This record gives sequence, structure tokens and C-alpha cells, in this order.
Amino acid sequence: MATSNRPLSPHLQVYRPQITSVLSILHRITGVALAVGAPLLVWWLAAAAVGPEAFATVRTFWGSWFGQLLLLGWTFALFYHLCNGIRHLAWDLGYGFNLGTATFTGWLVVAGAGSLTLVTWFFAYSVTGAIP
Amino acid sequence: MVEFALPPNSRIMKGHSYSAPRAATNTKTFCIYRWNPDDSDNPRLDSYEIDLNACGPMVLHALIKIKSEVDSTLTFRRSCREGICGSCAMNIDGTNTLACLKPISEVKGEIKIYPLPHMPVVKDLVPNLSEIYRQYASITPWLRAGAPPDADCERLQSPEKRAALDGLYECVLCAACSTACPSYWWNGDRFLGPAILLQAYRWLADSRDEAREERLNQLDDTFRLYRCHTIMNCTKTCPKNLNPARAIAEIKKLLLERV
Repeated sequence: MATSNRPLSPHLQVYRPQITSVLSILHRITGVALAVGAPLLVWWLAAAAVGPEAFATVRTFWGSWFGQLLLLGWTFALFYHLCNGIRHLAWDLGYGFNLGTATFTGWLVVAGAGSLTLVTWFFAYSVTGAIP
Repeated sequence: MVEFALPPNSRIMKGHSYSAPRAATNTKTFCIYRWNPDDSDNPRLDSYEIDLNACGPMVLHALIKIKSEVDSTLTFRRSCREGICGSCAMNIDGTNTLACLKPISEVKGEIKIYPLPHMPVVKDLVPNLSEIYRQYASITPWLRAGAPPDADCERLQSPEKRAALDGLYECVLCAACSTACPSYWWNGDRFLGPAILLQAYRWLADSRDEAREERLNQLDDTFRLYRCHTIMNCTKTCPKNLNPARAIAEIKKLLLERV
């Protein structure tokens, strides 16, 4: 019987998204987003060092709806990666492996990252008045 | 390697439909992956409408009913029909489980059934598990001890030390966990996967085994062990409610203790 033409059974196409795998891939995506975001934040700091005009240009970009959306995304990425990182540290120590516990801590991380993002933005806006 | 799309020969086509007898009032549709090695067609999804009033409660009952009464060419593995042999592992309603332990009533709407994910298909719902068995052999899944036991005595183990094997020895090697693991999908050629790593830990945890150092040396590898990123799809899907993710974490801890 020929074996070389055996098809590969479907995987991502049919596997129902699980709370376990979705949060795991989100950890990786937020990690990549933070790495991509870091140079842009450096650009911000560098502009502040260069002078008022350069800083004003960057400020206009961050103040636009697109810039604000990016900053909001990165704030969430930072807090999600931080909170889920702590969850990973607990796992590395051997804690939190019961399925119920892992599901609970997963939702806790999502809620924690969401609230920390909101709190940060609330303070950013209340302190600066408008654009961070 | 990460490959999101299926190769061209693996894409699933529309298949045939079979209706239930007219008199049936309580019906359910089963959409089942079919592939026949004897022709050159792509896999297809056939749908079978089944009269639940004339069928047992589990998904395996429906599969056997289809094979007996509707389409005898439908091919799947099964043996014990009570969750002990691990033969009927497959992807049912989007997650891996044993067909004999999965109640039909747990699934709303039509039930989609595929072979275990990301495996070469031998026929229909039968995947080729040779690679997993080769990986299983690689961890030497037997007691390794130097001297034979005394002629008139077994190798003794205290109840406490025996208890360390609870949650490990119950594994039936159905491979539902390994084929639920995205990391195993992308690196199954080098990563041992949750099923085999749980077995590896079963022997590390056995007080009678004397090959712990060699076992750990073998596992201390970027791919064999450390492709586990604690995704936990394995634990989520295990039809025996075991916890491969915890067993893997225990192996990582043992390796850390050696440093």
C-alpha cells in the first residue's frame, strides 16, 4: 500500500480555540508587539533629546488616533505580558497546574491586564489633560 | 516547522450525505472525515444522519452503527469501548477525546469528527502513530535497575512511593494530548510531546528505577523537552483527566535541581 501520499489530518483548521492555547499565543503576540514597540518609544525619547521641533513632530504622531490606538495596544500588551509572565513563573515553580486553577488564573490575567490598562490611561489623561 | 495551511493533497472536499430512515424523529448529523488510500481523491467530509432513538449514547456507538448499517467502508480504531485501551482517540467537536467516553448529548448541533490532528492519515479516522511509538521507545519505558531482585522477593515499594505514580500510570497512550499540542504540531519530529513526556516522568518518579541520571541527560534538550511552552492544551483535552503539563513541569524542576 502506498504511504507517501498520505494526507495530513487537519489541525488549526478544526481545533476549537481553547482558553489555554489562546492565552498562550497571546503571550507570544504581546511579546513580539512589545519588541516592535520598543524602538518607537526610543524614537519618542530621542526626539525629546534632539529638540522642541523634533519632539513636536513625534507628539503629533502619538496624538493622532492611530498613535493613540498603538499606545493603547502597547499598554495592554505590556500588562498582559507582565501578568501572564508571573503566571508562567508560578508554573515554572510547579504551581497552578490544576485545570480549574489554570483557567481561573488565565481569566485573572486578562482581567488584570485590562484593568491596569484602563487605570494607566485614566491617570495619563487626568494628569496631562489630553495626549500623554 | 509552523505551517498554518494544509498541503494541497490534504484539503478537505465536500462529501456524500446519507439521510436517516423517514420514520426517524430524533436525528443527529455526524460529519465524518473520509480518506481512502486506494484512490487519488482528496479527503472529504461525509455527513450521516442518525436516528438517536436507535443508537447508544456515546459517539463510538454512532460510529459503529454507521459502519454496521450505513457505510461499511468507514474505518476507525476501537476495542474496549470503556476508555481503557485508548484506541478510539479522535477529534470530536473540535477537541481530542476518546469516542467511547464522549456522550453524543454533549454536542449541540451536528457532530464533526476528524482524525487526531496533524498526523499522516492511513485511512478515514485512522492516523499513523508510528512516530509517537518510536518516540515512546526512545525514553526506555521500562524499569531500569542494575541488580536483579532477590529470587524470592519482588522489588518492594512503600505505599508513599507507590503513590508518586498516581496520575501517571493511568495513561492509556491514546495520543489525544500530543496531537492537541500546537508545539507538537510544529515540531513533532523532535519534540517528544506531552504523552511521551508524561511517560518519561512516570519512570523518573518510580523509586525502583536506577537510571534517573541517564533519563534526565537524554531529556535535557532544547527540542525533546523544552519545546513545551506550558500551553496546557494537553491537560485540557486528556480524556482520562491526567495532567501531562504538570508532569513536564516536574521534569523541568528535576533538571533545574541538578544545575
